[in-house]
Amino acid sequence: MNDLSELYQEVILEHNKAPRNYRRPQSANRQAEGYNPLCGDRCTVYIDYEGDAIREIGFQGSGCAISKASASMMTQILKGKTKEEAVKLFEQFHGLVTGNEDALAHAEDLGKLKVFAGVSKFPARVKCATLAWHTLQSALESKPETVSTE
Amino acid sequence: MTAAAHQLAPSPLSRRFAAPAAAGFDLEKIRGDFPILSQKVHGRNLVYLDNAATSQKPRAVIEAIVRYYEQLNANIHRGVHTLSVRATEAHDAARQTVKRFLNAGDAREIIFVRGATEAINLVAASYGRTHVAAGDEVLITAMEHHSNIVPWQILCEEKGAQLRVAPMDDNGELRLDEFEKLIGPRTKIVAVTHVSNALGTVNPVREMIERSHRRGVPVLVDGAQAVPHFAVDVQALDCDFYAFSGHKVYGPTGIGVLYGKRALLEAMPPYQSGGDMISSVTFEKTAYNVLPFKFEAGTPDICGAIALGAALEYIDGLGMDKVAAHERELLAYATEAVGAVSGVRLIGTASERAGALSFVLGGVHPHDLGTILDREGITIRTGHHCAQPVMERFGIPATARASFAVYNTKEEVDALVEGIQAAREVFA
Repeated sequence: MNDLSELYQEVILEHNKAPRNYRRPQSANRQAEGYNPLCGDRCTVYIDYEGDAIREIGFQGSGCAISKASASMMTQILKGKTKEEAVKLFEQFHGLVTGNEDALAHAEDLGKLKVFAGVSKFPARVKCATLAWHTLQSALESKPETVSTE
Repeated sequence: MTAAAHQLAPSPLSRRFAAPAAAGFDLEKIRGDFPILSQKVHGRNLVYLDNAATSQKPRAVIEAIVRYYEQLNANIHRGVHTLSVRATEAHDAARQTVKRFLNAGDAREIIFVRGATEAINLVAASYGRTHVAAGDEVLITAMEHHSNIVPWQILCEEKGAQLRVAPMDDNGELRLDEFEKLIGPRTKIVAVTHVSNALGTVNPVREMIERSHRRGVPVLVDGAQAVPHFAVDVQALDCDFYAFSGHKVYGPTGIGVLYGKRALLEAMPPYQSGGDMISSVTFEKTAYNVLPFKFEAGTPDICGAIALGAALEYIDGLGMDKVAAHERELLAYATEAVGAVSGVRLIGTASERAGALSFVLGGVHPHDLGTILDREGITIRTGHHCAQPVMERFGIPATARASFAVYNTKEEVDALVEGIQAAREVFA
């Protein structure tokens, strides 16, 4: 398999075409906007975060296949996770896409996310793969919004 | 995946455009002048189509840099020793070369700066701060690079002035009528790009300057994307300021030029201060140096200026008219070939264009396209090209941009087209 097909795996292409959780969940109480000024990619992550658990998660935005698929698959894996679990996953994911050997050795922990291992051969694309995760981190650290009861 | 496996057969379009090159224009020899072009990237021949970001350097420029540091290096304007005299002479000669290249009337009108960005900042800070007051207006266009927006924005904020923006149409052409309407009694300066870096549009700057002058308003032209592609004559344009970067016209990074009409420059206060820009200093008072040194504080990029001189000599030696004719033909060819790829939408379809071809490909984000092309050895720029308002105008976050230089060939355009098609297949 060459570098390109390692990067653009079928799963990634498929999530790019049909991103999951591409919406603002009605119960969302926190959100953050991520922006990559270098390439103009935008990503808003919405979470319903209650009692230290991500009960619901969604995203919206515009970006390349890598950033969109990464956001889509992130929302799938994080539903039901605690903040601590989410932060740990991001660390592992970051290690995976930057080619950290330790992270590669434990890639199995990342489940489906390990399809992003190919990104490590494209240093210029690391920021695409991590935009949604950085945005999630800001959302987790943001203040809860006033929830409309209407 | 087929992306890396494509080999190219000459397209019918390529054959149709295969007109004999202009007499005395030897493309193969020119390519040989640029050492970097002979390398392979990811095992493929490098196809360098990111010239609007920076151009490659001919051997003459690389050798000028080596020669400077091996034989000439000394500080200028202050030594009585031989090396300093030689370095000063070489630096002066470079200024003369720039003067000839722009057809300026006087070498004192040529100020060496770091690049077009610094040139514009100099005018905004020096001329702008002196002439723009609360309630005044600065007029720019909708297709400016950030470097010709932000300095004016900062000036306007500082002074309580207003930044006005002349619109463009859906082809990326300036609305000259709207532009003219926006030149009002409070307009203190017009700043306009000669060629749009994101769209390739060539603005009718001569006409714009004439209309501005009729109302007594001076005009700065950002020529960063113009000087590499066709001959520029600042006296014929009658522009008041003209800015360009050396590295986009085959010179090194870190050096650029501000041309300014002498009377304007004479009346302007210094931009930066320190050594070289003074004639005498006491703790009570400093007398400023004469032009151009008043605007060249500190030890300048001596080597950079000399190497820029070598770059301009090189391109001028090829004949700017021949360079322009070659690039015009190449851009027309690329516009037709890329535009014909299914799913491609060209961004910027002005009748007069130079240098750059911007486009988006349905279903494929510019970054993914850029990565796939890179694996084919094809170098393009993807993103907003430091022209976010332009992207907004066309309702897109980014484009892919192929931009051309004197050394590019139709075969390289064919490779680009093939690469775009390969990317479509990946994302089909």
